Amino acid sequence: MRTRPPIVAVEGLQVVKGRNLILDVPFLEIEQGEIFSLIGPNGAGKTTLLQALSFLSKPSRGKVCFGGKPIGNGFPVLEYRRKLSMVFQEPLLFNTTVFENVASGLKIRGVNRAQIRNVVSRQLERFGVAHLEQRSARTLSGGEAQRTSLARAFAVHPEILFLDEPFASLDPPARESLIQDLEGVLRETQTTAVLATHDRMEALRLSDRIAVMERGKIAQIGPPAEVMNHPADEFIASFVGTETILTGSAVGGNAGTFTTSVSGRLIEAAGGALPGEQVILCIRPENVTLSANPVPEPSSARNVFSATVERIIPAGFFHKVRLDCGFPLVAYVTNHALEDLRLEPGKNVFASFKATAIHVIRKKPLSS
Amino acid sequence: MDIVLDGIVKAFELLAGFDPEVIGITLLSLRVSGTATLISLLIGISVGTAVALSEFPGKKFVVSVINTGMALPPVVVGLFVTIFLWRSGPLGFLDILYTPTAMILAQAIIATPIVTGISLAAMQQLPKKLRLQILALGATPVQMVWILIREARLPLLAAVMAGFGGVISEVGASIMVGGNIKGYSRVLTTATVMETSKGNFDIAIALSVILLLFAYVINLILTQIQQKERPR
Repeated sequence: MRTRPPIVAVEGLQVVKGRNLILDVPFLEIEQGEIFSLIGPNGAGKTTLLQALSFLSKPSRGKVCFGGKPIGNGFPVLEYRRKLSMVFQEPLLFNTTVFENVASGLKIRGVNRAQIRNVVSRQLERFGVAHLEQRSARTLSGGEAQRTSLARAFAVHPEILFLDEPFASLDPPARESLIQDLEGVLRETQTTAVLATHDRMEALRLSDRIAVMERGKIAQIGPPAEVMNHPADEFIASFVGTETILTGSAVGGNAGTFTTSVSGRLIEAAGGALPGEQVILCIRPENVTLSANPVPEPSSARNVFSATVERIIPAGFFHKVRLDCGFPLVAYVTNHALEDLRLEPGKNVFASFKATAIHVIRKKPLSS
Repeated sequence: MDIVLDGIVKAFELLAGFDPEVIGITLLSLRVSGTATLISLLIGISVGTAVALSEFPGKKFVVSVINTGMALPPVVVGLFVTIFLWRSGPLGFLDILYTPTAMILAQAIIATPIVTGISLAAMQQLPKKLRLQILALGATPVQMVWILIREARLPLLAAVMAGFGGVISEVGASIMVGGNIKGYSRVLTTATVMETSKGNFDIAIALSVILLLFAYVINLILTQIQQKERPR
């Protein structure tokens, strides 16, 4: 169903550091024009993959192809580097003016002065730093510096842009406005981008596809909604914000749903599983509803449990409520509902969630 | 106290009157130490940059040798340069002992480790990722090294100043390999030593004032450099 050819393709890519295999990506294709994110905890291999993809450090094994040609072997490394741009967490600006910084990639390419003037002005404008043109890079705020760094990256009209945690050291307002601007520019210029981030929200909002990395490997790859709602394993589920991850064994099923026994409680989930099979149930906290009474629901496929509030954790506009239903359960509750239900630790309430709101992971026997 | 005051007054008379001998000594000092510094810069910045940017086994040892070299006693350098240039020495055929050329050679040997050590530190101070950023901007290896040197220009200027400061004030090696020959190889420091031992404090003070002036200017520039900081 592919409509766009891959701009970068990877085969058997491995990076070895000392005696450890720190990156192992057998196959990966980045499509022309897509925004592709690498998410995962620190040390998962995001930066290593990004540097191997950009050929800033040569992979130990395997090949990276640009437009079908293997880099370093049929396609010169320097030529490849002149088709890409990279933005790091630190702006890494040169000790000169903002203008000269944005011009640096063009100067390296030997572009003439008049043309540089043109391109640089346009990029400064685009990233909202035109008024800082003659300022020394030393005097910029964090947000301004990162904008300058992005303008520098776009000035060379990259065919592919690599971003390594570009927003991680910005304060929330600067970060928000920069993400918006960057998204606009990426969509407008149709630039292919590969973004490494530990912040799943950033990835969800910007990406066409997401790859979740764990211990040097890509654990799952797919569109944001798929990774979010159908995580392939427990690790990914917890990384994308699934608070409740339960292990149980299926006891039986009928007509599109089946029942699982979790710590002696029966939970009904959409899907199917063989009786006796081990399954993992993922329940996102925003899909759990709390009420004072066991509200009768028209739908039969609904799980209702009596629960005891264990802890209430404020999280800004809502609260995260940890419950004990015989099994642990986490729900997000609005501040308004918290007051309505007079929630406090020790209080008994009813927690309900739909059978269709449960993501089921069927454990394959003897696989790891 | 009269001896000091008289000396200072006479010293300023010599300076204000542009005493030809004092001027000559000063110019030779600048020429010898300037040339020596220039040579040390060529070697020191290249070696310092190469060591800073490359990874090889035994790098720590090389760095410690360079750092030890920064404290090389000038008299030791003077001794070995003398031995090498001695008529029967390995470089005796050059016939340059007791010439300004020999002084330049000795001073270059003193300044080179200083410049190398500071250059090395300056290059290592640059963020490691800056190299990746420069490569990602499409630079060739030569362009990258050039950009890195430009980025480290302020601490490298410190290397220039430290190298020059070290050799212009050095006396041991200059007197040993230059011989303090009047009008030929006599520089500020060697002249000061001699005039002091002769009791000619006025001239000695005049020469010292010039040396202090150099020291002041060097430190002024260094302070200016230290006040500046790197961008993020």
